[in-house]
Amino acid sequence: MPNINDILIMLPELYLVVAACLLLLLDAFMKPEQRHWLHWLSVGALLMAIYLVVAGQPAQPVVAFGGMFVRDGVSEILKAFALLSTALVFVYAKPYLIDRKLFVGEFYTLMIFAVIGVMLLVSAGSLVTVYLGLELLTLSSYALVALNRDSQLSSEAAIKYFVLGALASGMLLYGMSMVYGATATLDLANLHTAAAHTGAPKLLLFGLIFMIVGIGFKLGAAPFHMWIPDVYQGSPTAVTIFIGSAPKLAAFGMAYRLLESGLGDLSHHWQQMLAVLAVLSLAIGNLVAIVQTNLKRLLAYSTISHMGYLLLGLVNAGPEGYASALFYAISYALMSTAAFGVILALARAGFECEEIDDLKGLNQRSPWMAFLMMLVMFSLAGVPPMFGFFAKLLVLQAAIHAGMMWLAIVGAVFAIIGLYYYLRVVKVMYFDKPVEGSELKMQADPSVRVVLSLNAISLLVLGLSWGPLLGWCKSVFPG
Amino acid sequence: MITLSHFIVLGAVLFCIAVASLFINRKNVIVLLMSIELMLLAVNINFVAFSRFLGDVAGQVFVFFILTVAAAETAIGLAILVLLFRNRSTINIAQIDSMKG
Repeated sequence: MPNINDILIMLPELYLVVAACLLLLLDAFMKPEQRHWLHWLSVGALLMAIYLVVAGQPAQPVVAFGGMFVRDGVSEILKAFALLSTALVFVYAKPYLIDRKLFVGEFYTLMIFAVIGVMLLVSAGSLVTVYLGLELLTLSSYALVALNRDSQLSSEAAIKYFVLGALASGMLLYGMSMVYGATATLDLANLHTAAAHTGAPKLLLFGLIFMIVGIGFKLGAAPFHMWIPDVYQGSPTAVTIFIGSAPKLAAFGMAYRLLESGLGDLSHHWQQMLAVLAVLSLAIGNLVAIVQTNLKRLLAYSTISHMGYLLLGLVNAGPEGYASALFYAISYALMSTAAFGVILALARAGFECEEIDDLKGLNQRSPWMAFLMMLVMFSLAGVPPMFGFFAKLLVLQAAIHAGMMWLAIVGAVFAIIGLYYYLRVVKVMYFDKPVEGSELKMQADPSVRVVLSLNAISLLVLGLSWGPLLGWCKSVFPG
Repeated sequence: MITLSHFIVLGAVLFCIAVASLFINRKNVIVLLMSIELMLLAVNINFVAFSRFLGDVAGQVFVFFILTVAAAETAIGLAILVLLFRNRSTINIAQIDSMKG
């Protein structure tokens, strides 16, 4: 029987489930013109959940429900930033949704359920919880991608995402069944001890390979990246921005739980596999991004390359590597919300602002937006002193300390190649003439202006004073 | 005498058939949904077989969760399929290619 202690440990998740159900109920009784109340209540619900997560942070890792649910430093930091980025998504998405007649309650409820999936996944203490959290996240995402139900691209993106996502879940489950067969336990903590002296090491390794495929898919690392460009391009930008932020934090959490908490003893095997994924992601992401003309597709390929950098941190397989990968995941979530936030703020009814050429002469029409976009692009490219630069520096350092100098060199070379397509966006904004009759200007909604400016400037501020955040990231991985 | 390896081979064969049909099939999205279902059932066979032979009941409990999630997954898949058919009047996979590059 679960006791009151278990419930208190899981309070943020349980609170958010209740809040999501209440919001759904409220939406059913609300007049459409009152729906902006629902918007602010959803943002408030997420901020309240951040408070519950941070205020209830335990000093020592605690487990609930017989080890199914773990609450420790790693899960707390991932949850806090997943909730924060989702709150940012809500703020940026509102004008876009209203313009496209997509301003419906389902958007908010589905996204909150997806974020509950993220929270469960990063707190998983058992293979069952990993699977359930992952499915809650992906099933909500499938529905969100298809949100614009009259759009051909949206439904095409949804079916591609669904089929490939289900394939990846199947691979992950098949791997889990093999690992279960080799160790006779589903609990990650027991798995860690059982994996060390299993009677069937080949079966365990076989399961590990399938699990890596599942993780690679959820991260969007090459060669399991096929879904990323189509889903990013096809789904409404208000959903793309979500898929680019919180689920990346979740994918890091999932990799950490399965590979370190569960199969940490096999690290010499999975380090090699992750190194291959990292090199392929860096190469494919950066090279294919060069030829893109669609801004959302460009950012999709940039995601693939960023996941390559995140894997450089995981390859280290020590506290330093995990801290740098966590730092990278957080920086990527903030950068990607800001980048798509700019696209959302420039889009209006009948104008998606998703081609790179749509940004021509942005500096003359709206200097402030051009400046914010420049900050984001510099940060994504890894130009000092931006946030993205230090994140890249730390993962490269982690790869060198793991004795993989060649991997760090590959990472640095592709960072320079990547610079080209980020700077091309800056060049188009500052040095090209605006198209006659184009109406590039910032959304009038003051909340979008203020929050987007804060988000983009935080990339500069965190780049200048990255110590505290890195300290937090390091403190959650005791050596 | 039926041993554990018989069940594991059965699971592996079903899994391979499911994955192969996902890649070979170029005609119909509904067949894709069927292969996804088959893939999850292959995993269930593995779990039940291991659970029985290891004498640990947790694997069979996991199967219930997988079955439930598979039902939800199919429901969403069919909903997306209806949407696709309404927008494009076809569920032929070869024609679902408006995004490239």
